[in-house]
Amino acid sequence: MTFSPQLEARFATLLASYPPGRERSAMIPMLLYAQDELGSVTDELIAEVARRTGVTPLQVDEVISYYTMLRRKPAGKYHVQVCTNVSCLLRDGDRLFEHACQKLGIENHGVTADGQFSIEEVECMGACSWAPAVQVNYEFHHDVTPDKLDRLLDELKEKR
Amino acid sequence: MLYNPPSPLETKVLSRRFGLPDSAAIGTYLATDGYQAFLKASKMTPAQIIDEIKASNLRGRGGAGFPTGMKWSFVPRTSPKPKYIVVNGDEGEPGTCKDRVLMENDPHSLIEGCLIAGLAVDAHAGYVYIRGEYRYLIEILEKALAEAYAKGWLGKNIQGTGFDFDLYAHTGAGSYECGEESALLESLEGKRGVPRIRPPFPAVSGAFQCPSVLNNVETFCAVPHILLGGGKAFADLGVPKAGGTKLTALSGHINRPGVYELRLGFPVRQLIEEVGGGIPNGKKLKAFIPGGSSCPILTAAECEGATMDYDSMASRKSMLGSGGVIIMDEDTSMVKVGLRLMRFYSHESCGWCIPCREGTTWLTKIMTRFYDGNGSRADIDLLGDIAKNMLGRTFCPLGDAAALPMISLVEKFRDEFEDYLKGKRREETSGRLVTV
Amino acid sequence: MPDPVKFTIDGLALSAPPGTSVIDAAKKAGIEVPSFCYYEGLTLVAACRMCLVEVEKMPKLMTACTLPVAEGMVVRTNTPQVHTARKYMLEFLLTNHPLDCPVCDKGGECELQDMAFRYGAGESRYTETKVHTPEKQFSPVVFFDAPRCILCYRCVRVCDEGMGVKALGVVSRGVVSEIAPNHGDHLECDECGACIDICPVGALTSGTYRYQTRPWEMTHVGTICTHCSDGCKTTLGTRNDRILRGNNRDRSGINGEFLCIKGRYGFDFYDHPDRLQAPLVRKDGKLEEVSWSEALAAVANKFQQVLGEEGSFGIIGSNHTTNEENYYLQKFARQVLGTNNIDHHRTGDVVTTLDALSGKTGKLATVADLYRAKAVLVLGADLALEHPLLSFQIRANYRHHQAHVYVVTANPVREDKYAAAVVRGRDYASLAARLKAEPDLAILFDDSYKGDDIRAVVEFGEQLGIPVKYVPLVDRSNSRGAVDMGLTPELLPGYQPSGQPGLHYDEMAAADLSVLWVVGANPLKAGASRKAGFLVVQDMFLTETAAQADVVLPAACAYEKNGTVTSGTGELQRIERAVNTMGAKADLEIIGYVAREMGAAAKMGPWTPDAVFQEIRGAVRGYNVPMPVLVTGGAAGTTPINGRVAADARPDLVRSDHNGLFASGTLGRYSKILNSVVESRQSR
Ligand SMILES: Cc1cc2nc3c(=O)[nH]c(=O)nc-3n(C[C@H](O)[C@H](O)[C@H](O)COP(=O)(O)O)c2cc1C
Ligand code: SF4
Ligand code: FES
Repeated sequence: MTFSPQLEARFATLLASYPPGRERSAMIPMLLYAQDELGSVTDELIAEVARRTGVTPLQVDEVISYYTMLRRKPAGKYHVQVCTNVSCLLRDGDRLFEHACQKLGIENHGVTADGQFSIEEVECMGACSWAPAVQVNYEFHHDVTPDKLDRLLDELKEKR
Repeated sequence: MLYNPPSPLETKVLSRRFGLPDSAAIGTYLATDGYQAFLKASKMTPAQIIDEIKASNLRGRGGAGFPTGMKWSFVPRTSPKPKYIVVNGDEGEPGTCKDRVLMENDPHSLIEGCLIAGLAVDAHAGYVYIRGEYRYLIEILEKALAEAYAKGWLGKNIQGTGFDFDLYAHTGAGSYECGEESALLESLEGKRGVPRIRPPFPAVSGAFQCPSVLNNVETFCAVPHILLGGGKAFADLGVPKAGGTKLTALSGHINRPGVYELRLGFPVRQLIEEVGGGIPNGKKLKAFIPGGSSCPILTAAECEGATMDYDSMASRKSMLGSGGVIIMDEDTSMVKVGLRLMRFYSHESCGWCIPCREGTTWLTKIMTRFYDGNGSRADIDLLGDIAKNMLGRTFCPLGDAAALPMISLVEKFRDEFEDYLKGKRREETSGRLVTV
Repeated sequence: MPDPVKFTIDGLALSAPPGTSVIDAAKKAGIEVPSFCYYEGLTLVAACRMCLVEVEKMPKLMTACTLPVAEGMVVRTNTPQVHTARKYMLEFLLTNHPLDCPVCDKGGECELQDMAFRYGAGESRYTETKVHTPEKQFSPVVFFDAPRCILCYRCVRVCDEGMGVKALGVVSRGVVSEIAPNHGDHLECDECGACIDICPVGALTSGTYRYQTRPWEMTHVGTICTHCSDGCKTTLGTRNDRILRGNNRDRSGINGEFLCIKGRYGFDFYDHPDRLQAPLVRKDGKLEEVSWSEALAAVANKFQQVLGEEGSFGIIGSNHTTNEENYYLQKFARQVLGTNNIDHHRTGDVVTTLDALSGKTGKLATVADLYRAKAVLVLGADLALEHPLLSFQIRANYRHHQAHVYVVTANPVREDKYAAAVVRGRDYASLAARLKAEPDLAILFDDSYKGDDIRAVVEFGEQLGIPVKYVPLVDRSNSRGAVDMGLTPELLPGYQPSGQPGLHYDEMAAADLSVLWVVGANPLKAGASRKAGFLVVQDMFLTETAAQADVVLPAACAYEKNGTVTSGTGELQRIERAVNTMGAKADLEIIGYVAREMGAAAKMGPWTPDAVFQEIRGAVRGYNVPMPVLVTGGAAGTTPINGRVAADARPDLVRSDHNGLFASGTLGRYSKILNSVVESRQSR
């Protein structure tokens, strides 16, 4: 399987970061970084990561299915994650989430028909003092109101 | 850079560089006593370093509050195995967002803390485990690491001291349980975030089954200050059995949410009223979570006279926890809060042990039904009973973390649960809470 | 030995070696501490929380499985707090359990049922919907019903740790965590079924046994597996004269509860539709079913006639039949038919090994020795495939005692993964320095070592200066017994020289004998045509050889008769009849009837297994074993000789079939299960 030179370089650094014989330690970062490039964790990627880290594909699968950020199906180009955990909830994070669903016309874990957006209700993302919080891909958006979210989503729509 | 306007009531020790231009850059760090603590420590014996930490009365900032100096002294110095430093930057506890601010604004203090810990226990490599959601911090930290390598503050023979140390950033991928120290170590080894049987504790068998020092980000960040200013001075900032300051994240119904550095023992009233600017719209306080969602919830009455330290919270049968203060006003629906919290714990339970896996799920289902208006009085007792029978019987403390808030909710807010049954909901709910 | 630790459990003053867990200490004292996830021999997971106990000075209940006893420790297992904890744990466990005991295979022998019965939770306050996922078929022999699974991880551990296969894992997390197979929707593994046996509930069920019976309706018969030479005890569950399952949950036998696919499922050849049920006699060129008396008379008359004409006899015996049958057959050949033309397919050079070890005692390793040896050297064999029990023992030895395992094989083998050193090829001598440093050693070698190779191995072993024991590997269930019983032209029972060696196996198949009598073998397998004037075959199936016979006598299989067999490691065990057969007779009985027809009954003596065995005890050195061990189902070590073997060992005649996990000579061909798993179609 071929990856971009940047990702290959990253893999190389990762594999060298752990004591000899501990290549398996690189598995989770490798999967996440590769997912960023590929959009999801594919069967091919599982086999490749298993090979490079010296484990069985089942061992990779055990890991993927444990971690919520690793996904087997591609998300939208913009993956919108709205926190509704308690600090955000107290600041209407749940309403914000419902608003986002309505705005995008999809439900939790859904992807818009054009593949541009996907949405996920997430657990606490560590933005409690700036609640409610949204992450789009890896970017944080703080103190988000429905208006702010509309503007953000509209901007992203334009960007396509 | 993420940071909120400071409060005059803060005691700026760990956060003293916040707000400086380019606060994360090594130049800024070096210009403000950066890495001087390491140089000082490099001339001390490991025992002296650990004594200094002990003198500081520093207690772990990850939630459990274990004395840091003592933890470091458990690392078997004579073990032939390599030793490791592991930083817990998983910060998954709802209500907590202070490690993020530290790493973003002052990553070099974390690196320096690791170096000093390395000197203290003869470790030459370390890993900073950062939750997957904090991807941008990986970039910030990797930049800081590169700077430190470039300037000779990491790598071989650091600044001619003869001490070698390598530090790596490692990302998680979405799991609260991976903040639990032994689950974190499993995750660091490329496995599912299932905790380990303890003992052995990480000090004896941690990363790669080697002796390891595992602490919270804030704990490590406090170390350079302790070495520079002396353990005693740090201890004096706090209360008799817990030294120093605590980064406190204020969230929920509060006018000035944010992360503030306050002396341990800071009065709760003053925290809410003065630091946080009170509750919006002049509403009254209803409930107070002192340190992340896993702590038993305090009522307004229980907050009277409370101070932000381990003993004061323990005397109220709660915990200081991780410094994530969540404030709820009089209109908050405790049923809704309870449901949301149980959903969180059942979603995050690793599933390894029966009482946590089945208990959190059961609690969530009852709470969901209750919230949907199909509850009964018996459910209220059942909720408390289930939670009490999870308590202390799970494999790791996540089960307790779910049980404690549940117990406190049904015990302290029972009236509200009963009213809810009678149809008196505290607020217009916006449909049902979607399942995560 | 360090001093024992003193402590009390439920007021009993006890002591145990340091490091003993409270759960083990309690069990030893007769105090039951319930558990699901704790399993002797597997790593600790402390997941089920059933074993919580009260310990003085400890604030919380502690898991007895992970808690080592300590001096002065005061443990209580019988307090209200402990009872409540157990009851709640069960209530938690049952919340998402389907409670489908009436239709569950495990009903009646389910640990969850037993626990609920004993510790409460008969009533549940759970009224929510349950998590449900449909049942899955992992392989022809393994089915998985996730809702019944209690996540004790025994299956995952036994597959990884016990079998060294790692075919099962856990996917997802929290309440939807699930056991998953290694190939997406199916398993590719040894198909040993250990996961099914070890499952405390009905989550993993057996493809062959499911929905066949309730466990209490079965009769259980402990016997010895009839496939390879490892000698595993398999307990056959039977009902209405049908074998419904095999397992060894009572851990009797040298294998404990270990069984491979052959031992657990491979009994199914016994009721294959092609099984012979009546004697056949060739009439007008065609084999026709006849009565037993007609067939026996035909054989006896022919034998008498040839004896009278001073014609020639050849007798080929089996490495599957019992010691009694083999002994009786060679006695018949030598005393009634007056010939040394008797042989069997030899699968390991036992004779040279014994000769090379002459004058030394205690040199043959037992299965138990392989678990205790500090070091093990494997020469040539792919143990995991050909000797699954021995491989399992060595792996367990490594896991439990960190034994050093040295591998010298042509190709990669499973032992490589944990071996202290691996040599590809045959250069075991390069390990000399390391082996000399070991406290003791067991050496196993297969048929790629024979004759002088074995003498060299023994010489090498004896020069190491440490105690060394040996295992000459053979491949069939009674290969070892066949040699011991003198089923060769050059040796009589007990390795006494026959003086005048007759024809051997291949020679007999190719010779113009007046009569060739084949008992449980298939010498014409490769398609050769018979040369003998008269061919008598005793077998279960119409093999290539039987198809050419003049008389075919349907034989009982190992699960239909009594007797003894000797494992590859020289351990003598009894086989027990589990079911009766329609039409067929045990080989011993057939031989006895032929003797009777010929009027030689008095000369031959009674043909009951017990009587013949008593004769063997007197006649075969090393077989005078203590009877209580045998009759209680134990394994008795045999030491057949301790002196030079005064005959040519004929290493040139030794060749193993190297059957792997999914093959077993003729029997394997008729086992539906062995042929149904995907692995049997792959390269093994
Ligand atoms: C379920 C659970 C989650 C935890 N999450 C975190 C976390 O995100 N960050 C953290 O520092 N400690 C967390 N902890 C506490 C750690 O187990 C550990 O006590 C801490 O990292 C030790 O560092 P300290 O002594 O510096 O506090 C968690 C504990 C549990 C039981
Ligand atoms: S308490 Fe048990 S199931 Fe829950 S997270 Fe810990 S180990 Fe996993
Ligand atoms: S036996 Fe101890 S936790 Fe399962």
